[in-house]
Amino acid sequence: MLAFVARRLLSTIPVLAIVAVFVFLLLRLTPGDPAAVIAGENANAAQIGEIRAKLGLDRPLATQFFVWLGHVLQGDLGESFFYKKTVAELILERLEPTLMLSLCTIVLAVAIAIPLGVLAAYRHDTWVDRATMAFSVLGFSVPVFVVGYLLIQVFALELGWLPVQGYRRLSQGFGPFLERMILPSATLSVIYIALIARITRASVLEVLGEDYIRTARAKGLSDAKVLRRHALRNAAVPIVTVIGIGIALLIGGAIVTESVYNIPGLGRLVVDAVLARDFPIIQAVILVFSVAYVLVNLAIDLAYTLFDPRIRY
Amino acid sequence: MNRMESFAAAAAFAFGTLVVGAVPVPVAAQTINAVMHSDLRILDPIWTTAYIVRNHGYMIYDTLLAVDEKLEVRPQMLERLPEASADNLTYTFTLREGLLWHDGAPVTSADAVASIKRWSARDSMGQKLSGFVKEWQEVDARTFKLVLKEPYGLVTQSLGKPSSNVPFIMPKRVADTNPMEQISDFTGSGPFVFRRDEWKPGDKTVYVKFDRYRPRAEPASGLAGGKVVKVNRVEWRAIPDHQTAVNALMAGEIDYIEAPPHDLLPVLRRDRNVALVDWNPLGNQYVFRFNATQPPFDNPKIRQAVAVAFNQEDFLKATIGDATYYKVCKALFICGTPLESQRGTEGYLESNFERARALLREGGYDGRPVVLMQSTDLVVLTNLAPVAKDLMTRAGFNIDMQSMDWQTLVARRVKRDPPAAGGWNAAMTSWVAADILNPVMTGFLNASCDTANWGWPCDPQMEKLRDDFARETDLARQKAIAEQVQVRAFEIMTHIPLGQWYQPAAIRKGVIEGIPTAPAPVFWNVAKKGN
Repeated sequence: MLAFVARRLLSTIPVLAIVAVFVFLLLRLTPGDPAAVIAGENANAAQIGEIRAKLGLDRPLATQFFVWLGHVLQGDLGESFFYKKTVAELILERLEPTLMLSLCTIVLAVAIAIPLGVLAAYRHDTWVDRATMAFSVLGFSVPVFVVGYLLIQVFALELGWLPVQGYRRLSQGFGPFLERMILPSATLSVIYIALIARITRASVLEVLGEDYIRTARAKGLSDAKVLRRHALRNAAVPIVTVIGIGIALLIGGAIVTESVYNIPGLGRLVVDAVLARDFPIIQAVILVFSVAYVLVNLAIDLAYTLFDPRIRY
Repeated sequence: MNRMESFAAAAAFAFGTLVVGAVPVPVAAQTINAVMHSDLRILDPIWTTAYIVRNHGYMIYDTLLAVDEKLEVRPQMLERLPEASADNLTYTFTLREGLLWHDGAPVTSADAVASIKRWSARDSMGQKLSGFVKEWQEVDARTFKLVLKEPYGLVTQSLGKPSSNVPFIMPKRVADTNPMEQISDFTGSGPFVFRRDEWKPGDKTVYVKFDRYRPRAEPASGLAGGKVVKVNRVEWRAIPDHQTAVNALMAGEIDYIEAPPHDLLPVLRRDRNVALVDWNPLGNQYVFRFNATQPPFDNPKIRQAVAVAFNQEDFLKATIGDATYYKVCKALFICGTPLESQRGTEGYLESNFERARALLREGGYDGRPVVLMQSTDLVVLTNLAPVAKDLMTRAGFNIDMQSMDWQTLVARRVKRDPPAAGGWNAAMTSWVAADILNPVMTGFLNASCDTANWGWPCDPQMEKLRDDFARETDLARQKAIAEQVQVRAFEIMTHIPLGQWYQPAAIRKGVIEGIPTAPAPVFWNVAKKGN
């Protein structure tokens, strides 16, 4: 097991190297010049050129890349072109909101989707099953921002129960934190509830047709025990896989949700950086996302061993 | 109680304790929560011309001179207007008594001189002024002199310049920073103190009242007069999504939106708790800019054909829509200002396609594609290019409209390459009126070829007229020269004004009061009720 983990961690190195080169080149080849953005409307070519030189953007591409890589290898992600703050400082400021949004979303999605999927499988071909599938299709089809604005209209503007926007850190109190996290995580979880419920239903439905389920029922076990101990446990591997994929997909959804609810997270940071061509931030955040993606996949692989003892690394 | 019930009760208690324990303590009274047009990323208002940085400058710095509501220059940090010698070659400046930096040190002549020198290195009006300067003399802690090589008519207008770059006064140790580098010390002497420790880019920017600021005795007017701070704290909240900002205002979570988009104004107008305030009656001007170095717009006749084909109403309707918020105005120096004039505009901007086609024939237009850049992500600019394309096509142009995000456009417009090699022929933008009030200030009238703004018009006669304007000290004669500049601008067609438009702010009605009428959004004299 330890050897497997070590191998997987080592495999992140080439992945990150490829991501680093790809992102660096992509940014430099994309139209846009941060120096022109910084210089503003009145600037002439000479002023823009001076700013470009100051930022080191006038150097050959290879020099720029190796200077950046050298700093990254020393743990220095660089300084934002605009904010005059280190990228590490900016990422740390923005990490908590995104982590909390992702965590709340996954918890909410799993808490709702798995019972819903199991229930749909158990009540196969009844109105419960059909309603779950209809919700699933709807959840996939409606864009995140539409769900967000609808929830804001109803729960914040019409009923006044929850705030429209903003984020409070956990250190500012659990109440204010929760109050501002309910609508964003509900918004973002809709698509994951749809996804996980659908996979759960399919997996459980398949398992319910197995011989050992019939045997368990013949032994006189209650339906609840059959579902919990035999059906769900055997259906867990595909469900865990889809939850893992969901966490990776969350990054995209979080960007939209953070914009709609004005949550100052990593998603907003990277969108602002892209619009302003703040290269050091974009490069660093994408590297962080890549590391997170690799680690989530590793965690999912390890989780398989908990649900299926036959899987060994 | 079984185990499950005990667990549930304990969990409920713990949750309740957390929630109740976290009931927010009332925030410090008198905090204005404002959403500005953009997030604050750069903190040096001399290093960049970005308007949000200018607005930040007005919060924490002060100026020697400032314009009032009538755009007349008034003393601000100075006791009185600078006194000119009989030969108009020496100006004496005296600082007000009791001016302090946020760290408690007194403001001195050395600070003022160093600040003006740094500003002059970056700003177009500052550069023009510095061409006439023989020397700056520090007489004593509160008095300094400007000695000119020859009379210059724009001394007070330059130092009282209301928009980017504003000649903000900084401590000498800060102003001595290389003008090409950003400052890292944000000590000002203005009415608010910047809280760098609370600045979270992308989230909020915090200012607190500077208790030791000494406002002038006169009532506030425009950017001049007594800057009386009536709240303890101003927080600029970064909410990039317009709909979210509007929702937050209607829900009472924020107090002020500087620039709500025009398509959401009807929603705000319907809300009885929201008021719309026109804080900048000068407004803004849409502009069409040619690349004068590339065919076909290297030919003035063909540039004129565009102005003949255009009409302002079409552009304004497509972008602003509601006639309350736009005005058809051909004057380059803005309608309602001292230099407003219609001279030279006759026959232009009336969509006379027949005459436009005749001009194209005279100019020998060969039907080559015209690369017109369209910005797609700034709502207030997006619809300009399709209107231009339609009108130009009807006049006989072959238009290749290329859509891109604003930052790509900004980077591309400074390229002088041929359009086929990544350059461009035409683009559109918008100027804040306070930036284009006279021929020297107006960047697009700079026709100094390679050193001109993007578009690079080249016309020695225009440059001479601008110099004449700068040298002239008599206001009536200045106005006459400004008219000649406008006539020449329409002859050589440096750019085309596409009409004026206005951007109201949205505030909580009955909560926010006293928004000043000024060329920039400022927060002195603004009160918040109900805290």
